[in-house]
Amino acid sequence: MSLINLSNISKHYEMGTQVVKALDGIDIGVEQNEYLAFIGSSGSGKSTMLNILGCLDTPTSGQYRLNDKVVENLDQNALSEIRNQEIGFIFQSFNLLPRANALANVMQPLIYRSIGLKERKRRAMQSLERVGLADRVDHLPNQLSGGQRQRVAIARALVTQPSILLADEPTGNLDSKTTIEIMRLFDELHSEGQTLIIVTHEDEIAAHCQRIVEMKDGKIHSDSAVGLAKDSH
Amino acid sequence: MFFAMIESARSAFASILAHGLRSFLTTLGIVIGVASVIAVVSVTQGMSAFISDTFSSLGTNSLTIQSYTPFEDQMKGIRARLTPADLELIESRATGIASITPILAANRSSQIKYGSQTSFSQIMGTTYAFQDVAQTFTQRGRFLAATDNQTRRRIAVIGDKVRENLSLPEDPINEYVEIAGEWFKVVGLLEERGEIMGMNRDDMVLVPYATMVSLQGNQARIDIQIQLSLSESANVDEVSQQLTTLLRNAHGLSSEEDDDFRIQTAEQLMEEFDQIIGMVTMVIGGVVGISLLVGGIGIMNIMLVSVTERTREIGICKAVGAKRHHILMQFLIEAILLSLLGGVIGLALGFGMGTLISNTIPGFPPASIPLWSVGLALGFSGFVGVLFGILPAAKAANLDPIDALRYE
Repeated sequence: MSLINLSNISKHYEMGTQVVKALDGIDIGVEQNEYLAFIGSSGSGKSTMLNILGCLDTPTSGQYRLNDKVVENLDQNALSEIRNQEIGFIFQSFNLLPRANALANVMQPLIYRSIGLKERKRRAMQSLERVGLADRVDHLPNQLSGGQRQRVAIARALVTQPSILLADEPTGNLDSKTTIEIMRLFDELHSEGQTLIIVTHEDEIAAHCQRIVEMKDGKIHSDSAVGLAKDSH
Repeated sequence: MFFAMIESARSAFASILAHGLRSFLTTLGIVIGVASVIAVVSVTQGMSAFISDTFSSLGTNSLTIQSYTPFEDQMKGIRARLTPADLELIESRATGIASITPILAANRSSQIKYGSQTSFSQIMGTTYAFQDVAQTFTQRGRFLAATDNQTRRRIAVIGDKVRENLSLPEDPINEYVEIAGEWFKVVGLLEERGEIMGMNRDDMVLVPYATMVSLQGNQARIDIQIQLSLSESANVDEVSQQLTTLLRNAHGLSSEEDDDFRIQTAEQLMEEFDQIIGMVTMVIGGVVGISLLVGGIGIMNIMLVSVTERTREIGICKAVGAKRHHILMQFLIEAILLSLLGGVIGLALGFGMGTLISNTIPGFPPASIPLWSVGLALGFSGFVGVLFGILPAAKAANLDPIDALRYE
């Protein structure tokens, strides 16, 4: 059984009288420990794809099974729970809580699991150590560099031990040196058995992945497996 | 649920502290509202407690009968009177009376002299029964006796204030004072009773009733007061009804005419005071209610701003797994905390104000805060928090995570 299984997923938006098909009959399966990139130009539907995969949005039609759970028709609260249990988000703009320090940011998802403060701290520390930020736990996001912020965000995504890591242009706001650092971290996570799905428009990022899915006009244009990622430097 | 509440309270505190000045200004409306209600309540409650104490020391089962002339009749020169005949009638006919005494106030001059000292005082002619009726006893010497009345002795029982004003010695017994050109021997000094509402109750001189009558000369025109105390079993309303019937008959009033006298009970007076205080409290309570409403709207306004401001944060929280009730709780608790904080500050401020008022105005009873008003103030401000917090909180909870994340 696949980890992710989409069959005939469509997402339509009504813009006045026109219906925009952001996703149009998508069928795709993702296995455990895959390292997958969605690429495509803007407007191709890859962001909508990510929202639906991440249970932030629900499809207009079609079936979505995540880890054997049917999720396409769940209400907001149930979706929140799925996101909390199964999914780790990494955003282009990091999306850290500005008034909370690194540790508090990483602890945040655990609050919604009703985990006590002590245990939350322990797990968050562990996660921050994993991304190499153990010495920055007291810093507020605006006291951290872009790369460090993204590491905090990765730590926050990892702290719940999710089934999938979903990264939306994770290096879009980073310089090339930090981009390499972050991608190396992703590679490591993958080699540890993590399932990663990255949305990007940069070929160098996609080149890290083992499978590249190109989207065009709401449809899958190509889906190709590539060799093991080679270091880009 | 409990866990979520604790976490929400934690983050609400952080958020209130993060916007210190804004939080303070937001809650100012509640602070002022609660402070004024507590100040007013503490002052009026202090007053009301004091009045109750005072009246119960007067004896709640005593009645006073006074003549009463409507203002219109006064203009025509008509004066209603209570006469010694009325007193005799009541003494012989009315039931349920323990003691009864006439009081005749000095009508010419209330001037009293001792040596070179001159003073003005409330000079009353009364009988030995006055001490039972008015609960007034001597600390030195003796009270008026029945025989003093019969023999129209020129003696006086004085209050402590009078002794002080006239520079009489500590023990004024057997000293002579001059009232209306006659010499009176001081036979008793009354116990000190303090003030009620700025009226000194130690500033009085009691002389035998018959002596006072003789001093006034024209006996046909005297207008007395009658004070009486009821026996244990008697009912105030029944007795006053009975007295009304007796006096109306005696004064020959037809059924259309109004009473030309007034029967007052201490209880009645107390109730009137209580009514006035209750009304003042209610009117101010209404004003304060409005100010709390305005304060609540202020809180709602800021909470709505805060929700908009934190839209992205809400989106982030939802993305990492916050459910509707997590967000709802966070904003609701923040609103409640804000207004409760205002309530507590207002409580302290109000008590301070009440104490200040009662301390600066001389003779004012000390402020007291009843527990119910503390509960009411906090309960009401908490309620305001819930009432005006629920809308912004619901707005936050219902945000769509994708829209919220995209919000710039």
